[in-house]
Amino acid sequence: MAHDGATTAGTGNTELVRVATSEHRMARYTLIGLALCFVGLFLVLPLAAVFTEAFRNGPGEFLTVLSDPETFAAIELTLLVAVIAVPLNLVFGIAAAWAIAKFEFKGKAFLTTLIDLPFSVSPVISGLVFILLFGSHSLLGPWLQHHGVQILFAVPGIVLATIFVTFPFVARELIPLMQEQGTSDEEAALSLGASGWQTFWYVTLPNIKWGLLYGVLLCNARAMGEFGAVSVVSGHIRGLTNTMPLQVEILYNEYNFVAAFAVATLLALLALVTLVLKSLLEMKYSEQIAASRRH
Amino acid sequence: MTARTASLWQFRQPSVIPGFGLALGVTLSWLILIILIPLSGLAWRSSALGWSTFWALATDQRTVNALRISFGTAFVAALINVVFGVILAWVLVRYRFPGKRIIDAMVDLPFALPTAVAGIALTTLYAPNGWIGSLLAPLGIKIAFTPIGIVFALVFVGLPFVVRTVQPIMEEIDKEVEEAAATLGANRFQTISRVLLPGLAPAVLTGFALAFARGVGEYGSVIFIAGNLPYISEIAPLLIVIRLEEFNYPAATAIAAIMLMISFVMLLIINTIQAWSRRRYGYGA
Amino acid sequence: MEVRVQNIRKEFGRFPALNDVSLDIRSGELIALLGPSGSGKTTLLRLIAGLESPTEGTVYFGNEDASRKSVQQRNIGFVFQHYALFRHMTVLDNVSFGLTIRPSGRRPSKADIRQRALELLDLVQLSGLEKRYPAQLSGGQRQRVALARAMAVEPNVLLLDEPFGALDAQVRKELRRWLREIHDRTGHTTVFVTHDQDEALELADRVVVMSKGQIEQIGTPDEIYDTPNSPFVFGFIGQSNILPVRVENGQLWIADRSIGVSAQGEPDGPAQLYFRPHDIELLDGNGGCIAGLVTVTRRVAGTRHVELDIGGANSRVEIELPPEKVTSDHSRVAFRPTRWKLFRD
Repeated sequence: MAHDGATTAGTGNTELVRVATSEHRMARYTLIGLALCFVGLFLVLPLAAVFTEAFRNGPGEFLTVLSDPETFAAIELTLLVAVIAVPLNLVFGIAAAWAIAKFEFKGKAFLTTLIDLPFSVSPVISGLVFILLFGSHSLLGPWLQHHGVQILFAVPGIVLATIFVTFPFVARELIPLMQEQGTSDEEAALSLGASGWQTFWYVTLPNIKWGLLYGVLLCNARAMGEFGAVSVVSGHIRGLTNTMPLQVEILYNEYNFVAAFAVATLLALLALVTLVLKSLLEMKYSEQIAASRRH
Repeated sequence: MTARTASLWQFRQPSVIPGFGLALGVTLSWLILIILIPLSGLAWRSSALGWSTFWALATDQRTVNALRISFGTAFVAALINVVFGVILAWVLVRYRFPGKRIIDAMVDLPFALPTAVAGIALTTLYAPNGWIGSLLAPLGIKIAFTPIGIVFALVFVGLPFVVRTVQPIMEEIDKEVEEAAATLGANRFQTISRVLLPGLAPAVLTGFALAFARGVGEYGSVIFIAGNLPYISEIAPLLIVIRLEEFNYPAATAIAAIMLMISFVMLLIINTIQAWSRRRYGYGA
Repeated sequence: MEVRVQNIRKEFGRFPALNDVSLDIRSGELIALLGPSGSGKTTLLRLIAGLESPTEGTVYFGNEDASRKSVQQRNIGFVFQHYALFRHMTVLDNVSFGLTIRPSGRRPSKADIRQRALELLDLVQLSGLEKRYPAQLSGGQRQRVALARAMAVEPNVLLLDEPFGALDAQVRKELRRWLREIHDRTGHTTVFVTHDQDEALELADRVVVMSKGQIEQIGTPDEIYDTPNSPFVFGFIGQSNILPVRVENGQLWIADRSIGVSAQGEPDGPAQLYFRPHDIELLDGNGGCIAGLVTVTRRVAGTRHVELDIGGANSRVEIELPPEKVTSDHSRVAFRPTRWKLFRD
């Protein structure tokens, strides 16, 4: 045990005293027990439930269910949304972090707060704002309808809602990291005659690559898994506007539990892969990921 | 002209680093397009309702109940998370035991697992015929399809917020402080309750606030386990969705506006406490 | 209270931090544990406190075996290097802490605790700051709060770990004098750890010089400075010159010349001659002295430091002369140590 200093050694003639900064053995075991029970009950069991329920009727049915064309369409749509939303937020995140971390300007704190805003908004409200913006009752709605542009209940709406909820992930990861790194590396490169882009490409980017990857990882997990916002704007058109999480809901509400859990398995695997990669990044490159990490 | 303005009111401090205009331009355009225009649409829509309409919608009994359930369950869940989150963080920081690294990584599961998946998994566990629910049912305890089920879902969703805010602060605790308390005669319990935990209070408060804010807005993991009985286990975000499906946009807008306002006020209060703590004690979270 | 440390051995893993250390501390004494980092001085302090337990050996408080007691039961006052103040408590609450957590039977009344804490704050010259928080104090003020807090429990012994280590030079000097005054007024048995010889020699009644987990020498500051009993103490405390010499018939020789120093009773053979730069007399003769050419001279405050090249292998010697004694480079200076010591390998 880490703080278990109370070991009598050799011909010690003294009864040794417990180290002042550790708890009694019983207290320690009780706390560990409590923590493990809590984690078991709230984290491990739900994960186990997903996999068990998916394979309830054996792997054969699991595969059959997954090869359903609607499920396949949901997977495709989820990937498509992530492929659009994540790179856009990546570019934005780098730009925002560059402006905020490398420069001093008025209103910086306010800008940082605005970037965090989507974190404190309910996903349902994130969807709602796009309904209010593009819906038939809105200002833009009739104009869009007249020009045959379909945003709501179609892929563009889903992408927009996803971008909204995943907006802060990359920026939030990069800002503290780049602030910590300061500007001396960039100044050195510029003094050696590098252009702005060269400086970014050869100096800044290598410095932030692991933090960037970390942010992209979290951004992607959320983009693929977002439910509330997407659910509001999607219209639930089977085979067309259902992402994987929405497909899980539909199947579940139809009491098609095995199918629901089969799709859920894929999402759970995505979560596990994300966690493993995230832990690896934290273990290997802890200094090159932001120092103060809060999600 | 430009030079004179710059000396009077300098928008940014001079720097040799290039790309400020481009970076800020991209940031602001994206921010305005994706965040500000949609959110101001909400503000505009709710202000267009007019005060009396807004008040009528806000005081509708079903709305009031839904808000009460959302904020109440989120509060209880955040409290539970504070207790177990602090214990979990303590165990992870202080003790060594087999599987610790896996547990540590697992704490982030709620961040990574899509909420819908969490929702159906928790329901499978705690429904009356579920893995755990069936054990509790004979005792007359019902979790899923009651407000308790909502609390359970929100505990799942909020756990990492508390652990991940408290954990780094706990790691930084100076061992000398604990030893100082011991040399002054404090037993272990006194050291923890009177010296260590009060020092963690700002971090715990932040964790609580984050978990609470997340819980209030949570949708995906709750709707499966809640049972969604109007007035009893119907959360505010669900009521927004229901109103939208009825094309009752004013009602949906009003509920959203109230939720945002209450959340905003709560965050403001917590930020004020944090700033006060930082001024007074020289530390926050 | 007197404190006795008997045959203490302490190992961290397999690394021996202390090896058979014994030390008697008299009641009311102010003792310095002096040594380079890694010498085991802090470990010894923590063992007395009960923050570490010895691998072997005993610590007595008076006639009582304290090794069987936990740190809480020993009733000691410990001032930590970085003060370890409780940052969420006011200065007054910090100082009162040790008393307020006592079980109700031994706990003074609230008013008495407050009274005592205020008295202590007065003693450490912090009256009026009792409502401040540690973050609002300067380093020196924090240090004094830490001392008041440690004294509030009326400790058997006051232990200070590098008490001035984190302060800047000016504050250090002030607090040093001030600590001595407090000690003289309260009479607590006090042990402090330092790596700063000036601090130890100026402040302590007795100095314990430690090296590599062992005690090299215990003595008053005068004894330690004037009669170091090992090459380590000689080298660690103050300036010193080391010259390889040869003893022959009670005379010291460098190469083929006698240096005019008689060492009666020393057996013949090679030895190391240790002497301090100022323990010398200047000579003008040619025989019976150490002579060399001036290479560098420096004026340091009230003395002139002169570096001599005396030829041979280990040939650099530094001596201190009165400032009015001007020497030019390459001029010849002859001297003889007046106080010295021989050590053999």
